[in-house]
Amino acid sequence: MMYLIRRFILLIITILLVSIITFGVFQILPGDPIRTMLGTEADATQIENLRSELGLDRPLYEQYADWMKGLLTGDLGNSIRFSMPVKDLLFDRLPVTMSLAGLTLCMVLIVSIPLGMFAARRQNKLSDVSLSTVTQIGMAVPSFWLGMMLILYVGMKFDFFKISGYIPWTQSVTGALSTLVLPALTIAIPQIAVNFRYVRTAVLEQIQLDYVRTIRSKGMSEQNVMYKHVLKNSMIPILTVFGLIMAEVVAGTIIVEQVFSLPGVGQLLITAISNRDFPLVQGIVMYITVAVVAINFIVDILYSVLDPRIRLR
Amino acid sequence: MKNVQKFAKHTNLIIGLLIVVGFFSVMIVSFFYTPFDVNVMNIPEKLRGPSSVYFFGTDEFGRDIFSRIMKGTQTAFAVGILTVVIGVTFGILIGAIAGYVGGWIDEICMRFMDALMAFPGIILALMLVAIFGPGIVNTAIALGIIAIPGIARITRSGFVQHRDAEYVLAAKLIGVNPFKIMFRHILPNISSQIIVAATVTFATAMLAEAALSYLGLGVQPPNPSWGRMLKDSQAYLMSAPWYIYAPGGAITLLVLGLYMLSNAFRDFMDPRSKS
Repeated sequence: MMYLIRRFILLIITILLVSIITFGVFQILPGDPIRTMLGTEADATQIENLRSELGLDRPLYEQYADWMKGLLTGDLGNSIRFSMPVKDLLFDRLPVTMSLAGLTLCMVLIVSIPLGMFAARRQNKLSDVSLSTVTQIGMAVPSFWLGMMLILYVGMKFDFFKISGYIPWTQSVTGALSTLVLPALTIAIPQIAVNFRYVRTAVLEQIQLDYVRTIRSKGMSEQNVMYKHVLKNSMIPILTVFGLIMAEVVAGTIIVEQVFSLPGVGQLLITAISNRDFPLVQGIVMYITVAVVAINFIVDILYSVLDPRIRLR
Repeated sequence: MKNVQKFAKHTNLIIGLLIVVGFFSVMIVSFFYTPFDVNVMNIPEKLRGPSSVYFFGTDEFGRDIFSRIMKGTQTAFAVGILTVVIGVTFGILIGAIAGYVGGWIDEICMRFMDALMAFPGIILALMLVAIFGPGIVNTAIALGIIAIPGIARITRSGFVQHRDAEYVLAAKLIGVNPFKIMFRHILPNISSQIIVAATVTFATAMLAEAALSYLGLGVQPPNPSWGRMLKDSQAYLMSAPWYIYAPGGAITLLVLGLYMLSNAFRDFMDPRSKS
């Protein structure tokens, strides 16, 4: 219980600091943000109106408190470019990004875990060495280039795949898949490479332990040894990386949505930045980061459930 | 089994060095010579496929892609080196003070670093670039800030390990100035970990620069950037599919070389992997 409380306090501190950073960096903007937003032709009354509308004429701590209050109640103010509440814009785009991230995560887990276990069992044999080499290349490939290659060699060759745009799940499941599989694969490949290496190392560490020799000598089938005992024990270090991979997948969606013209949160963020729509940028950054922090928190809690020793630290 | 590991260690070092030194030489050459001028447009020659004149073909303005790839090494190394310098300098400074002094200063520094690390890297980079504006230096500053927490954590844990060591106590007793203890006595003991982390930072900075430039928010024209070239090439994916090979290949190869180098450094320097 103490562990839970301590971890929870740490979560609150992190979120608080993240919000201070996200709020603070926009205060060091060179020049007057209002003038930048409106352009050079704006007159004084226009500037004053927008300034008081955005509450920028009040003291900084009041602005921060207000923004924080909005954050907690879900009201993030209005986007300048779209003249719409940031929240509505975000919720419009969220299903695209969440489906993409979810599909990617499934791909990463389904491929990397069996592959890592396979390589660990054949340590230093040809198949292991070549897998390690291929994954090293996989880690170095920029995702947007990979996406373009997939468009070129898969998307344009097979009619099934749509290489731009999005079809919602509610409309057609195959339609959604046809728009999401390639982008998901694009984000997944480098992450499979990363996770493969972690799984391989974690499994290798377990395989050398005494209990594996014992259950093998008992005559347990190799399948059971690997999946019932070794994998279970390897899950703890693998779970640690899971939070990291989540963050990478979320970051990946931002770039890859651009490659495949998917109308997700990432595309919204890029539009917001290009238009210097700062309330929108702040809102998106804050929500994505809080989501990632929250997932890491959950992973930590799971971790302590799986391995009670963690709680004593 | 030992031989395989030894072999892997050396191949990583040799291939990694070959790739990185190769690109570095190309960068040096590109200051004095490129087959074609990188910015002069030649519309009649636009979007030509690879040939003996244009090794990697020409872009939508008829500029030689091979020459622009060569020139692009300057951008890649400039952003990479500047990022590493910023990240390592501030990372060591913060990590050393936090680890050596300890107490509430340590607590404040590290909580702040944790918060910076909580942001997915590219999100923080995008936010900072939105504020600083695009360009080579601004991109490097944004990526440098992102690199600080990682380096600071490594430095801190090294300092925490060493601050109560006997040699530090001895230095304290004879009245050595604390800054000298921190940077002349303790720092060299953990430099190997920092070098490995710096090499990885270099690689990730290059990938991130390419990504930002691809999004149109990093390096701006007329500076040739591999990421930017990929952005421009996407419009011609159907008519000129070979356009995307060279810039993407260049990024992948250089990043791969840096990863291999960092792996080799880690294997050589980490005493645990030697056992």
